[in-house]
Amino acid sequence: MFALSQDGLNKVEKELKRYEAKESAIIPALYIAQKENGGWINEEVIQHLAKVMDIPDARINEVFKFYSMFNQSKVGKYHVQVCTNISCALNGSRELAEHICKELAVKPQQMTSDGRFTVSKVECLGSCGTAPMMQINDRYYENLSPESAMNILRNLK
Amino acid sequence: METKLLTEFYHLDEFRSLGGYQKKGGYEVLKKALAMQPQQIIDEVKASGLRGRGGAGFPTGMKWGFLPKNNEPRYLLCNADEGEPGTYKDRLMMERAPHQLIEGMIISAFAIGSKKSYIYIRGEYDYPIACVETALQEAYAAGLLGKNILGSGFDHDMDVYRGAGAYICGEETGMISSLEGKKGQPKLKPPFPAVQGYLRKPSIVNNVETLAAVIPILRDGAAAYKKYGTEKSTGTKLFSLSGNVVKPGNFEVPLAYPMKDLLYGLGGGMRPGRKLKAVIPGGSSAPVLTAEEAERATLDYECLAQMGSMLGSGAVIAIDDSQCMVDMLGVLMHFYHHESCGQCTPCREGTGWLNKIVHSILEGRGRLQDIDLLVRVADNMKGRTICALSDAAALPVLPMASPTSA
Repeated sequence: MFALSQDGLNKVEKELKRYEAKESAIIPALYIAQKENGGWINEEVIQHLAKVMDIPDARINEVFKFYSMFNQSKVGKYHVQVCTNISCALNGSRELAEHICKELAVKPQQMTSDGRFTVSKVECLGSCGTAPMMQINDRYYENLSPESAMNILRNLK
Repeated sequence: METKLLTEFYHLDEFRSLGGYQKKGGYEVLKKALAMQPQQIIDEVKASGLRGRGGAGFPTGMKWGFLPKNNEPRYLLCNADEGEPGTYKDRLMMERAPHQLIEGMIISAFAIGSKKSYIYIRGEYDYPIACVETALQEAYAAGLLGKNILGSGFDHDMDVYRGAGAYICGEETGMISSLEGKKGQPKLKPPFPAVQGYLRKPSIVNNVETLAAVIPILRDGAAAYKKYGTEKSTGTKLFSLSGNVVKPGNFEVPLAYPMKDLLYGLGGGMRPGRKLKAVIPGGSSAPVLTAEEAERATLDYECLAQMGSMLGSGAVIAIDDSQCMVDMLGVLMHFYHHESCGQCTPCREGTGWLNKIVHSILEGRGRLQDIDLLVRVADNMKGRTICALSDAAALPVLPMASPTSA
């Protein structure tokens, strides 16, 4: 069964007191739990948070399902998100995403068999003047070419 | 030529820290403001003609004026959920000048009598969030936030709230729902947030750039600010230029700046051998202009409204003649379908249908009657929902689906 570490519990406790409404801590708590659960969230995580936060599981679940940054299935160690919205699409981002998928031998939204990469096509990340771009976990990589993107991915540990 | 009221020192790395910001006059306007009467500040902002820089262009001073005239607690909420495709100016502001945002917010909070504010930043903006959080710590340590700010007797606390990936949270009531720990679904208006906002308390929601613009307005006076732009579009604005131009970037220019000069001057024009085909002037929700329209447009609220589009967030997306408009429409329809919050039927179903029809055309399965169907679905999505996402999805369909533009 999933359970937060003591550090995680302390962090959630802090978030519960941080905002005027207790429910405002749901999003921060989901972030904390997702990190501890290896980058995604499942029913066990929701049940645990419901108990820890004393908030009905359905309330936490509806928030979890609404926001795209909470992953509903396992993702690779490196979550590669390529923006394919308009400014990036005008600069070849869809071809870039296809190239990355081909090189890593994986379909969009799927994880490589070694568990290292998940490649996703995503909506605008606010990097439109430096298109095309990708986000790997929390970091932005901008002004990419298919070659430079693959170099970045190959050099990740 | 840019006119840098806000961005003058953005090239300096030290401007990002409290010390560097203060060296360039940072927090001097706050001192001036704390010696004024709150109503004087509101009057000055009203007189400046400042309009919301997030997209809707609503007069800021008038918005502040909707707050109830009593001592009820009220919130100042900064909308930094920048998600309108093509827009990346708030990110620049938070990365290069987080203290400018904080100073603008303390002044605005003092003006409206708010003791608590939140900066709602989109979750993907990991680095801007870190920049703002560091700056907040510096501001607290220097007595610029917390109790009795700079000995004025004014108390104010400020915190960051991290979003989690939902375009709709850029809509002010969607943002409030999210801040309350719910799905980011917009709420019916009225009541407007100024009357019942966060936790049903009076709340003012302003964009990052709007709050920062309060600083030059108070520093130089409303009259000086109004010298830039037109009667109804005053001051300077950051424009995020993207798409098929040689030099994309954020540029601060006076409102009513010729779009042609932005595209071909600051933006370096089209790539060799390419011609301008179309421009989306104000973020993806703004109806597209033809090259001919774009080249005679000026970047102000009135001109773009007259042309049937809008200034929006100031995201100018240039499209060259190598691109297919139906393909771009497909990109946008996929986006709106993905981002519809699902609350109102015309939007939830309509965005799905628009997306399906456009993609069936793109895949070569189009029928002539699909054009009429697109127009009919789009017409049924306009003005029938709680928020403007449905309209934003419907509007680009009409000009883009017309046979002459493809």
